[in-house]
Amino acid sequence: MSESTTTEVIRTEGLVKRFGAVTALNGVSLYLRQGEVLGLVGDNGAGKSTLIKILTGFLQPDEGRIFIDGREVRLRSVSYARSLGIETVYQDLALVNELSVYHNMFLKRETLLNPLPLLNNWRMRRLAREYLESMGVNIPSVDTEVAQLSGGQRQSIAIARAVYSRARILLLDEPLAAMGAKEGSLIMNLIRTLKNEGQVSIIMIAHNYAQVLEICDRVNLLQHGRIALDKPAGQTSVEELTELVMREYRVGANQRQQPLAGR
Amino acid sequence: MAENVLSAPPVQTEPEPTPERPNPWLRVARLFLRQREASIVVVAIALIIYFQFSNQAFLSTQNIRTLSQFVAATAIISAGEVMLLICGEIDLSVGQVYALAPFIMYFANQAGLPLLVGLILGLIVCALVGLFNGLITVMLKVPSFITTLGTLFLINGLTLTISQGFPVLTPSEGLINEILGHASYSEIIWAIAITIVMQVVLSWTRWGLHTVATGGNLLGASEVGVNVARIKIGNFMLCSVLGGFAGILEAFRITSIDPLAGGTDIMFMAVAGAVIGGTALTGGLGTIVGAFLGTLVLSILRDGFTLLGVSAFTFDIILGAAILVAMILNVRLRLWREAGRE
Repeated sequence: MSESTTTEVIRTEGLVKRFGAVTALNGVSLYLRQGEVLGLVGDNGAGKSTLIKILTGFLQPDEGRIFIDGREVRLRSVSYARSLGIETVYQDLALVNELSVYHNMFLKRETLLNPLPLLNNWRMRRLAREYLESMGVNIPSVDTEVAQLSGGQRQSIAIARAVYSRARILLLDEPLAAMGAKEGSLIMNLIRTLKNEGQVSIIMIAHNYAQVLEICDRVNLLQHGRIALDKPAGQTSVEELTELVMREYRVGANQRQQPLAGR
Repeated sequence: MAENVLSAPPVQTEPEPTPERPNPWLRVARLFLRQREASIVVVAIALIIYFQFSNQAFLSTQNIRTLSQFVAATAIISAGEVMLLICGEIDLSVGQVYALAPFIMYFANQAGLPLLVGLILGLIVCALVGLFNGLITVMLKVPSFITTLGTLFLINGLTLTISQGFPVLTPSEGLINEILGHASYSEIIWAIAITIVMQVVLSWTRWGLHTVATGGNLLGASEVGVNVARIKIGNFMLCSVLGGFAGILEAFRITSIDPLAGGTDIMFMAVAGAVIGGTALTGGLGTIVGAFLGTLVLSILRDGFTLLGVSAFTFDIILGAAILVAMILNVRLRLWREAGRE
C-alpha cells in the first residue's frame, strides 16, 4: 500500500445500497484522513443518511468494500463498528432527559465505588466537569438534568460523550440542524477544538454550506448516490455547491414545465 | 424552538434580582420544596393534623399500629411497581402473585420441606411469573398492560385451583412467624427496609440508572448499549417477587392464607401510591421513597375516615375524590417547584 493510504482511517470503494426499486447509493467511493473533518453535503434523498448508517454498522451495503485503517472490514453491527472506534451522534442524540449531564456522559461506562456495587457519583461528576471544561462546553452544571438544556448544549454533550468514549472516527448526522446562530457556534467551536487536538477524524452531514466551508477541511457532494464533487474546502465555494445542486433541480423543473410552456 | 427559551435562564444566574433579605426559614422551606417528595410530605402532614383534630384516637399507639399494617404490604408492592413504571411498564398481576406465593409456601411446607425453603420456593415461583410477564412483553412485544391483565386471571385461577377456594392457616413455627410479619411492627419494618434498599438500588446502582434510561429514552438507551430487554424483564421479576413477599408477610400477620387476598384492590392501591408519590406513568421519573409516602397518604385517608365513622359506601366516594385532590395538589406543587428552579 502506498504511503497516503496509511493515514486514511476510512476508505470505501463502490458502495451500493438498494431499497427495493430505489438505489440509495450507487457506487460511493470516499476516504477520510486521520484528523480530518469531512463535510458531506447533498440534497434530501441524495443518500447521506444511508451512507452514515452503513459506516456506523446499522445497514449493510449490497456491493462495495470498506477499509478501516487500511484493513478491509465488514461492519456487521453497530457494536462491532463501535469496537473499531466508530461512533455516531444521531439527531435524536440518545440522551436521557431525566438524567443529569454527568450520568448521561457516563451511561453504560459508569465508575463504581469498588468493591461496592454503588455508583461513584463524585468521581463521574468531577470527570465530566473537567472534560466538558477542557472541551469548552459551557453548561450551568453537570448536575443539570439534560431536559433543562438548550439544543446546542445537548448536541455538545452528545458529541463530547462520543469523543470521551475514545471514539477515533466520529460521524455527525446534521449536528447543526434546527439551531440558531449562537447555538450553532457552540457546536462549531467544539468541532474546531476536536480538529485542533487531531485525535478524532470526523464526517459531518450538513445543509448549511457556509458553515461546512468554514469548519471542514474537505467537502464531498453526494448526488444520486454518487460523490459528484470532492474538493478541499478552500477550493470550492457556496456558489459552486449551490450551483451544482440547483442545476440539477433546474433540469428537473424545466422538464416538468415543458407541457405548461406549450399551452 | 422552546429550547431557546429554556437555555437562557441557567446561563445568567447572577443578574436575577434577589429579594432584599433572604429569610433563612424561607430558604430552608424552598430547599425542601424543591425535593421531589416534598409535596406529598406536606399533604401527609396536613392529613395527620386534620384527622388528629377530628379524632384524638388517630395518633394513639393502637391506631398507629393499624395504620402501619395498612401501609406495609402496599408499600412493598409499590416499590416494585415504581421500578416497572420508571422503565415504562406496569404489572397488573402483582395482586394475584400476592395471593399465590403464600400457598406455594404452605404446600411446600405440607410436603415436608422447612418453612423457609417453602418461602424461597414461593418467591422463585413469583420470579418465574415475572419472567413470564417480562418475556411476553419484551420478546413478543405485547403491551405490559395486556400481558399482565392476562396473567392476572391466569394466576388467580391457578391459586383458586390449588387451594380449592378455601383459606388455610399459616404454619406456626414461632420465631419465624414473628419475624415474617406476625410481630406487631415487623411488617412495617420490612416495608421501610425494602424501601430504603430499593431507593439505593434506584439512585446509586447501575441497575437503577439503566432503569431510568430505559424509561426515559428507550431507543437512546439501547443505542448507547444498555440492554433494555434485560432491565425490563429484571424489573418484572423484581416486582413479582416483592408482591409475593408482601403476600407472605401479610399471611403471617393475619395467620391465614386466603386465595382471595390482595387482588386488584392492593395492586391499584400500590400503583396509586406510586403515582401520588411522583412516579410518572409515562416512564423515566419516580422514587421509591415517594411511593412509600404516597401509600402512606392513601392509608391515612382510609384509616382516618374509618375512625370518623364514615360509612363504607361514602368512604369510596371520599377516597376517590381525595386521590384526585392529592394528585392535583401534587401536580400543582411540582409545576410551582419547577418554575422556582429557573
